[in-house]
Amino acid sequence: MKRRDFLKSTALGLGMATALAPAPGSACPGGLRGTGDLALIVERANGSVLIVDTTAHKVVHRVEGLGDLSHASAVYSRDERYAYIFGRDGGLTKLDILEGAIVKRVLQAGNAIGGAISDDGRLVAVSNYKPGGVRVFDAATLDPVADIPATFGEGKRSKTVGLVDAPGRRFVFTLYDASEIWIADFSSGAEPRMTRFTGIGDLPYDALITGDGRHYIAGLFGEDGLTHIDLWADAPAPRRILSGYGKGEKKLPVYKMPHLEGWALAGGKFLLPAVGRHELLVLDAASFKEAGRVGVHGQPVFAVARPDGRQVWVNFAHPLNDTIQVVDIPSLTVVHEFKPGPAALHMEFAPRGAEVWLSVRDRDEVHVYDARSFAKLSVLPAQKPSGIFMTARAHRIGL
Amino acid sequence: MAGILFAGCSSADALDAERQRELTYLVRQDCGSCHGMTLKGGLGGALLPENLVDLDSEGIASIILDGVSGKPMPPWQGQLSNEEALWIAEHLKKGFPQ
Repeated sequence: MKRRDFLKSTALGLGMATALAPAPGSACPGGLRGTGDLALIVERANGSVLIVDTTAHKVVHRVEGLGDLSHASAVYSRDERYAYIFGRDGGLTKLDILEGAIVKRVLQAGNAIGGAISDDGRLVAVSNYKPGGVRVFDAATLDPVADIPATFGEGKRSKTVGLVDAPGRRFVFTLYDASEIWIADFSSGAEPRMTRFTGIGDLPYDALITGDGRHYIAGLFGEDGLTHIDLWADAPAPRRILSGYGKGEKKLPVYKMPHLEGWALAGGKFLLPAVGRHELLVLDAASFKEAGRVGVHGQPVFAVARPDGRQVWVNFAHPLNDTIQVVDIPSLTVVHEFKPGPAALHMEFAPRGAEVWLSVRDRDEVHVYDARSFAKLSVLPAQKPSGIFMTARAHRIGL
Repeated sequence: MAGILFAGCSSADALDAERQRELTYLVRQDCGSCHGMTLKGGLGGALLPENLVDLDSEGIASIILDGVSGKPMPPWQGQLSNEEALWIAEHLKKGFPQ
């Protein structure tokens, strides 16, 4: 079937994909269109994803058959045509977002937690819980390139978390059970040169890399503090930052672990979710010293900076997950709060910050808001939506 | 009302169908954040019947209510009643409803 026929068809079942009506306002003369304003929305309960047109606020495709998509995430090829989707069941799916069709799908492990694509776009790495470690695939073919078991102690394997791409064809990731951070450097081919840092802190649960690819920061569940590695250093080494931010107080229960991937660097400050405290931690991006706190509504899950850095939007763990707060960076105060609905769990800003897209899982809706006026612009139906991934991520380090 | 003190009695009958549906949703969607929607595990352990053979329902219910000190598993005391925790525990051991 030719592309234009495909687009003409309305709600036509087409193998695994369903083509929905082409969105008005995004006409595709001659069947051609770019992908820069497309996004992918994970429908976690059904193993499906939506491809949406973020200009027209319309669903373009629903693609089914992607397996267990709890905690699924996606990265993009450099041409923004293909998405690589990482499922909980170890599934790695390469999806053609223009055609709304699966190109290839492999079950590469038993239990996985996200992935990354190398700066040259040629390698896709997947972080695995079972068997613990990182597996690396050719981005074109999904053929295996390298297997990096996260071994420690006597024959033990650690779950890996916080896998990111770093400049120079490197991947950086953290070993949850082993308290280590590893760098896999693929700059000289398919055989990675490994660097290992041990004793980086107790129960590292997630990590981020800054948009310049310089700073890798791992959050710790088992300690009051985080671990930072400056990848620009001649001899990079982990060091603790924000040690003792909990002041030895008993942690509040954490009903959903915070995510650092939506890290917020805004106005020379990082805002990071505290663990077991209803606070954002403010970190000076030059000195890596604490620069304040912002008291918020609940246990923060994501703290995401509007792309201009003026505001940070925050969502919260169960049972307070119906609320979003907006923090103003210059004053470090909450300037807006609203309740989009139960389980408002994922936010994604349009690349230059005009809009924010928000999954409201328990209402089976995705909302689009004007990021300045806070006006609700659109509501799209989606089945148990979770992560939202815009194609502009293709050109950002660490996303 | 049957409760955790009446070990041996099934708590399932004491919860109405609506609450059972809510608990099923909670376990699949919210516990699923760490344990996986299919309960095959994630950052948290797998919760399929074969993973729980060494624990009885009361033991599982007390982990749910008290959490695991030093680990991310939070205490659900205050969010869930004793009988609700026991209902979840019993159904995890049997194979949790969809």
